[in-house]
Amino acid sequence: MVGPEGLWNHRPVSRRRFRISTMQRGTDRVFAGVSSGVAAALRVDPIIVRVGFVVLSVAGGVGIPLYFVLWFLMPGPDGGDRGLRPGSRFSNLDLQHGDVRRPVAIGLIVAGTVLLFRNVGPWFSDVAVWPVTLAGFGIAVLWARSDDDERARLTEVAGRPLQAVIGGRQGALRLAIGAVLVFAGIGAFLAANDALGAARQVGLAMAMTIAGLGVILGPWIRRLVAELGQERRERIRSEERAEVAAHLHDSVLQTLALIQRNADRPRELAALARRQERELRSWLYGDRNASTNGHNSTLAAAVDAMVAEVEDLHGIEVEVVTVGDCPVDERVDGLLLAAREATVNAAKHAGVETVSLYVEAEPDRLTAFVRDRGAGFDATQVPDDRRGIAESIRQRMTRQGGTAVITSAPGEGTEVALELKRS
Amino acid sequence: MNTRVFLVDDHRLFLSGVRAELAARLDVVGTAIEVNEAINGIRDAQPDVVLVDVHLPGGGGKAIIEAVLRTHPDTRFLALSVSDAAEDVIAIIRAGARGYVTKSIAPDDLLDAVRRVHEGDAVFSPRLAGFVLDAFASDPASPVVAAGARDDPELDKLTARERDVLRLIARGFTYKEIARRLEISVKTVESHVSAVLRKLQLSTRHELTRWASDRGVV
Repeated sequence: MVGPEGLWNHRPVSRRRFRISTMQRGTDRVFAGVSSGVAAALRVDPIIVRVGFVVLSVAGGVGIPLYFVLWFLMPGPDGGDRGLRPGSRFSNLDLQHGDVRRPVAIGLIVAGTVLLFRNVGPWFSDVAVWPVTLAGFGIAVLWARSDDDERARLTEVAGRPLQAVIGGRQGALRLAIGAVLVFAGIGAFLAANDALGAARQVGLAMAMTIAGLGVILGPWIRRLVAELGQERRERIRSEERAEVAAHLHDSVLQTLALIQRNADRPRELAALARRQERELRSWLYGDRNASTNGHNSTLAAAVDAMVAEVEDLHGIEVEVVTVGDCPVDERVDGLLLAAREATVNAAKHAGVETVSLYVEAEPDRLTAFVRDRGAGFDATQVPDDRRGIAESIRQRMTRQGGTAVITSAPGEGTEVALELKRS
Repeated sequence: MNTRVFLVDDHRLFLSGVRAELAARLDVVGTAIEVNEAINGIRDAQPDVVLVDVHLPGGGGKAIIEAVLRTHPDTRFLALSVSDAAEDVIAIIRAGARGYVTKSIAPDDLLDAVRRVHEGDAVFSPRLAGFVLDAFASDPASPVVAAGARDDPELDKLTARERDVLRLIARGFTYKEIARRLEISVKTVESHVSAVLRKLQLSTRHELTRWASDRGVV
């Protein structure tokens, strides 16, 4: 195990007081640099440590697991030892700072327990050393893995796992219970191993070990899971926000840009604002206008669509109120077309900016009122073009078996009342 | 003496616009942009009429109305909003607002609405009239749910006259035009509308509840 150069070269002795937390694996390594690191920390010649390890390894094999445990716990020289990944991971977990004392203490307790078993138990042998080594590896791999996949995120989210394991009000008690269970499990495993008996006992031992680990690590894992869930919810929320932002950009911001360019044309400006308002409203408050294959299936939806079209084409505002609803059929379409014509007519001739449209569906009839407060006209002296429109509206209604009544007087606006009996 | 008005709106631009419009004819005694500020401000200033936005950070206009009416039951509220979604309108009326107009209302109409609310009448925009007709539309003879049995059954349906008045409002007529058309006085029109408002606020009518829940009102 010991190479010729490694025997005589060692790191400069630190002037600091000895602290295990300052231990780093050495650069003059034979295998992983553990011995020279320990030697530097203890301010002794590395060869003494190396001889110690060799002796421990030969005498019962304890030196080997101890070496591996220290390898896992000690950071590489200057934190940058690429060849020995477990160590560099532990340095990422911030173990150099104070926290390292606890894992080292646990490691020493494990080693001490192993030695104790070796002395008092006649059954202790290499067969028993390896389960301990494996358990140590298991814990190390667990920690290292959780640091591996999403290292940055996990360390941020979970904080320091060791603090979660050890900290807290009942931390000490929990740790004690967990440790007892782990050791009981290991002990039971060793006993079972020795007797070479009963798979039942092996199962029990494993269950106890797992329970112990669960007690120790449970709170940390639970918090980790909870915070990952929280993080996922926040991600969903931010995606929704991005979607809203995208929608607003495509609609509202575009319209605002158009409005700025059309600032000198109030009519178009009003129409733009109105259209945008309608779009945004239907986006915010659910879509009553949702039509299937371009065909509006209900009266209310058809009225909204018709109004939108008229507002866009003629730059007026239609104050629409719909009461009740019914499916759209050919007759309802006829009524809507007549209402549309009346609305367009008001937009063109009344000289107003607002037209009221009221549509009501009752069980026995449909009614629609188109009203403006504009110029109005004398019903006895209607210009031919407007008479034509009035006739057209009447004819539409008559074809569907309904009626149209047009009331107007100069200066008092116009109202077109449409009525259709329902069967 | 001018009517004392308090304005609550979280949209500062709109707030200053309305204030400028109203200041010439009314006393604007205070403004607020959020719920708690509004509740305290209204209790201090004791205005005749509060113009309140429906959507506000911290609970909305509904929270203001409920809090103020507990301590100052004489304060009158007129809801003013860009939203004319049914659930917003009905919820704020049931909280105690005496009227609802949209922000696109013309300045003169707004002044008229404030005056009317101050006098204790109700102000229905065409849209609100439509909602009420819709909510009370189904068969007026339908049975009232058991929970509402102790209430006056008259609360659960509209009279034919009230229905006529609401229809005309929904069609865009002013109160004056309605009075002329139905050959009744403006005062009578106003009292019909106030009666409808009362029904809207107090009715536990099955259809109203169902209608509201269909549209997301709890």
